[in-house]
Amino acid sequence: MAGLRAAEAVRKNGWAGELIVIGDEDAMPYNRPALSKDALQQVPELAEIVFRVPRAATDVRWRLGRPVAHADLAARTVTVEDETIPWDGLVVATGLRPRRLAIPGPAAGRHVIRTHADACRLRAALTPGARVVIIGAGFIGCEVAASARTLGCEVDVVAPESVPIERPLGPLLGAELRRRHESHGVRFHLGVVPSAFLGTFAVEGVELSDGTRLPADVVVEAVGCQPNVEWLDGNGLDLRDGVLCDDLMRVEGRPDVVACGDIARFPNALFDDVARRVEHWTMAGDTAKRAGAALAAQLTGAELPERGFAPVPSFWSDQYYGFRIQSFGAVGLGGEDVRVLEGELGDEVVVGYHRDGQLVGVVLIGLAGRAAHYRGVIAARAGVAVA
Amino acid sequence: MKIEVDLTKCQDHGQCVFAAPDVFALDDDGKLALRAEAQGDLYVSDELDESLRDDVEEAADVCPLQAILVRG
Repeated sequence: MAGLRAAEAVRKNGWAGELIVIGDEDAMPYNRPALSKDALQQVPELAEIVFRVPRAATDVRWRLGRPVAHADLAARTVTVEDETIPWDGLVVATGLRPRRLAIPGPAAGRHVIRTHADACRLRAALTPGARVVIIGAGFIGCEVAASARTLGCEVDVVAPESVPIERPLGPLLGAELRRRHESHGVRFHLGVVPSAFLGTFAVEGVELSDGTRLPADVVVEAVGCQPNVEWLDGNGLDLRDGVLCDDLMRVEGRPDVVACGDIARFPNALFDDVARRVEHWTMAGDTAKRAGAALAAQLTGAELPERGFAPVPSFWSDQYYGFRIQSFGAVGLGGEDVRVLEGELGDEVVVGYHRDGQLVGVVLIGLAGRAAHYRGVIAARAGVAVA
Repeated sequence: MKIEVDLTKCQDHGQCVFAAPDVFALDDDGKLALRAEAQGDLYVSDELDESLRDDVEEAADVCPLQAILVRG
């Protein structure tokens, strides 16, 4: 998606030359949220979630089905299989892949969720009565837990934290989410990690660090993601956590290389000058548009976009019908000072996260009519936060 | 230029409201306001002024359910 949006932005901002998008999946870019949210009930057909190619991006060459193997930033080339492709400008939008657990045991029966194929495989395994063990109690783990319960599976969730979604939501909301999941029959095993997958040919159970053995027909590894940066190795870049960018999404000051989406580590002027990766659906589009505009300006000799990039982070999560979590801002920055702003924790609620007494993030459970108000409050931080 | 909104896809996330506040709004319950004007599952707008094009194209881009189509 970030690649598509960046291509669109490069065109819209005046670049008329050749434009190639390289992607490892066979399919045209498609909308991923539909895969882990409550839509696991019925995985949509790929054709239903492929993005419409906007008018601005119709004149683009799509080179799909093979990953980019290597980039040489000095020579300005990328390599795909044994073909070397020269470029004048490069957009880094290779995103993330699910982290896998390096513990012993059989591989069959273990799932991740990132691609459409992953979602189809997992959905097929979530049959009524199936015993599902989910490793990881973050957003994806909790969303899969909710879907699996709704589909009639037995669900155990295993995680080292003390409450679900402890990062970034913190203990107050985490405990409330635990209560809600438990009321739907999810069993949590917290403060422990898996030590082995049991079984000979396929997973039959999971052994935990406290010695507990959980029977399992299906294991879902929802333990976060890692950036796909290996193809950039050897260029002297700081790739410790994605790709380091400035506020024009330019990679370490290179005017001809920009990054966007989950892989980009960039400063947000709403908060401070610290570069961070943001794994939100909306941020992929925001950063892609900015990266595309900055790159097109560089390539055409036009004026660069104004400095100071202040997109409003926002995400949502659907866990059980009628219960949407929405967030605006950076809740992870305000974990020291968390307060209920309105509503009731056990019902519909707005929770505020503060840093230095200022609201930096909000989470709403329900109270959808208040979302626009709180987004406005966060957006109004622009110009306030930068020292 | 007209917009269409597939109301079977729309889940009232409201990203369109932030992108194109002159076209989209949420009601007090957080539901897409133009649901009330729709005939059936598809909302089709009147002819919109060309000056709104950037905003509505942005709204179509940022819709999490990709429920908005810009025609013409």
